[in-house]
Amino acid sequence: MTEEKHVLTMLVDNKPGVLSRVVGLFSGRGFNIESLCVAETIDPLISRITVVTRATESGIEQIEKQLNKLINVIKLRKVSGPKSVQREMALIYVMAKNGQRAEILRIVDIFRGKIIDVGTDHFVIEVTGDEEKMSAIINLLKPMGIKKISRTGTIALFR
Amino acid sequence: MENNEKRLLTGAQILMEILKSEGVDTIFGFPGGAVIDIYDELSKTDIRHILVRHEQGAVHAADGYARASGSTGVCLVTSGPGATNTVTGIASAYMDSIPVVILTGQVPTHLIGNDAFQEVDIVGITRSCTKHNYLVTNAEDLAGTLKEAFYLARSGRPGPVLVDIPKDIAKTVVQFTMPEESNLKSYRPTYNPNTKQLEKIITLIEESEKPVIFAGGGVILSKSSKELTEFARKAKIPVTASLMGLGAFPGSDPLWLGMIGMHGTFRANMSVGNCDLLIAIGVRFDDRVTGKTDSFAPNAKIVHIDIDPTSIRKNIPVSVPVVGDCRIALDQLNQMIGEANLGNIIKKRQRWFNRISRWKTTNPLSYKQKETIMPQYVIENLFKITKGKAIITTEVGQNQMWAAQYYHFDKPGHFITSGGLGCMGFGLPAAIGAQVARPGELVVDIAGDGSIQMNIQELATAVQYSLPVKVVILNNRYLGMVRQWQELFYDKRYSCTCMDHSPDFVKLAEAYGAVGLRATKPEEVIPVLRKGLNSDKTVIMDFQIEREENVYPMVPAGAPLTEMLLV
Ligand SMILES: Cc1ncc(C[n+]2csc(CCOP(=O)(O)OP(=O)(O)O)c2C)c(N)n1
Ligand SMILES: [Mg+2]
Repeated sequence: MTEEKHVLTMLVDNKPGVLSRVVGLFSGRGFNIESLCVAETIDPLISRITVVTRATESGIEQIEKQLNKLINVIKLRKVSGPKSVQREMALIYVMAKNGQRAEILRIVDIFRGKIIDVGTDHFVIEVTGDEEKMSAIINLLKPMGIKKISRTGTIALFR
Repeated sequence: MENNEKRLLTGAQILMEILKSEGVDTIFGFPGGAVIDIYDELSKTDIRHILVRHEQGAVHAADGYARASGSTGVCLVTSGPGATNTVTGIASAYMDSIPVVILTGQVPTHLIGNDAFQEVDIVGITRSCTKHNYLVTNAEDLAGTLKEAFYLARSGRPGPVLVDIPKDIAKTVVQFTMPEESNLKSYRPTYNPNTKQLEKIITLIEESEKPVIFAGGGVILSKSSKELTEFARKAKIPVTASLMGLGAFPGSDPLWLGMIGMHGTFRANMSVGNCDLLIAIGVRFDDRVTGKTDSFAPNAKIVHIDIDPTSIRKNIPVSVPVVGDCRIALDQLNQMIGEANLGNIIKKRQRWFNRISRWKTTNPLSYKQKETIMPQYVIENLFKITKGKAIITTEVGQNQMWAAQYYHFDKPGHFITSGGLGCMGFGLPAAIGAQVARPGELVVDIAGDGSIQMNIQELATAVQYSLPVKVVILNNRYLGMVRQWQELFYDKRYSCTCMDHSPDFVKLAEAYGAVGLRATKPEEVIPVLRKGLNSDKTVIMDFQIEREENVYPMVPAGAPLTEMLLV
């Protein structure tokens, strides 16, 4: 059985300990979390959690059922297909030697990123996009020397 | 008192109001600083408190109480060590889906997180072994939280729910109104099964020449033994059950196959291995039941009815999944089966029934009599003398399996065992809980010499409250079940399983104020049982049994169910 990537989005009670229940369920049952994103929704009593995980088909079925069983999970959906939008954001600290600054700016421009900090030998770039776009820009910037990177992990909604 | 009338009450008083409104008349507990205000208030009510000798005992007792009474068990303990001592009991109740509400004291809210005296994060510790748990941080929330805790514990797939109550919350005075029945938008168990799925089951039954019903603890929890029995008889389908399902179907019925699984009967395991339709009701396909999953019921279409969707397709692929309450499902199936076309197929099933009888005669449960006392002989006679009417609790190990094999249960709520967790030390406190719930009945803990020592202190509880529980120790001076594995799979290297140093159980019983009896020869078995069972006191009966007797049949761990080691 092959493992595939799945994006789960859920509305949960915005209470202490709820995230820990969700995360504990993954670790306790031997499932891995690739990325995790949590924040309040428009209703301050409710938060949205987005989890990216790798699992087999029966694995993801079990994860979904188990999450649904948590008392604090109000609504859960697996996000996929054309009816969904998925984005992530990254902050990339890239080395920018003199000869490479123009090239970096061009890449940032193509990916509709932003330079949010400039130093004598570095840029900090802000970029958002889907998974493919993120890995594309990271691959292009790698040769220049990515010193550090911070990614939010996927967030997702249905249209 | 009007329900919606507002009153000023302390947290502790609110707790009492909720307990009364939930019909709680008995709780099992142990006091301490963090719950002293609650205990003070408790003393002003007529709720009965059973003072255990260890908090693990309180939870097992509440568990036994819940199973014997069919209602929710309640325990009350203090913070820190009181709370941590409950964890094993909670885990056992969780694995067996038993409705228990655990009330723990906590340090005052302003000290939480400060490593205060007797502070532990019990909500964090028990998150994965409770159905749900709460830390109450606001006195205003207490009533609603408690109501919700009881609702969650007993509804859907039942389970333990813990409420952690800081000391200051118990003292805070707030306006109290009785909360409405809980209604949680994120928790809506599915009780009503999908009728289309049930129709598929009927069609499968109409076509099946070799059907088997496999019943589990869910049948007992949903109180649907009557419906199950009616269903099996109407549809003419033989029945097996998991350890947790014993008593769900009458052990004296001709359709009864015996228990399934690692120590199941030859005919039950063979029937499941060869059936063409397996109707699983209220089970979760534990690995001790299935053996190697790939070869579990390999030729069968599997139907699975359970209230918990996570149980379905977790371990075993299923042709017809049905999420719903076992009782409602069985009730509807019983109505539908009346109109089903079964005449022909039942004739065709004769061959199947013949095969099953042959399995029964070729390899019945059996043992060889020896000069020494055989454990099976003790249980057989216990069964005869009690006419199968006792409530049996067990410890864990060989004693538990012999109890399951040689005591036959006609009714639910009469076999109380730690099935999922397999927790040594369960039987005595569970027997205490069962005896409290059913004062007029004979309650017997079938024990091993190892397990009984894990919560032996509860003998004092039994004696204090004049609870006439009977403990039958099958004393092999071994951690017998582990020794059996060592004998069979580790070349008889009996590493650390010899228990040559146990107390004199007769003297120990007497020291606790109970009656102690001993049998060392086969001819003493019946007299000792008679004398012990007839006593109106708490009794320990120490049966010094054949030391190296094994439990058979046995399916080695991970082997197919039909590949049993036999006597
Ligand atoms: C709390 C706990 N610790 C360890 C075990 C592992 N274990 C399972 S059966 C068993 C032997 C029990 O010995 P005894 O109570 O004498 O029963 P017997 O098998 O001899 O009948 C042990 C140690 C367990 N089930 N529970
Ligand atoms: Mg033993």
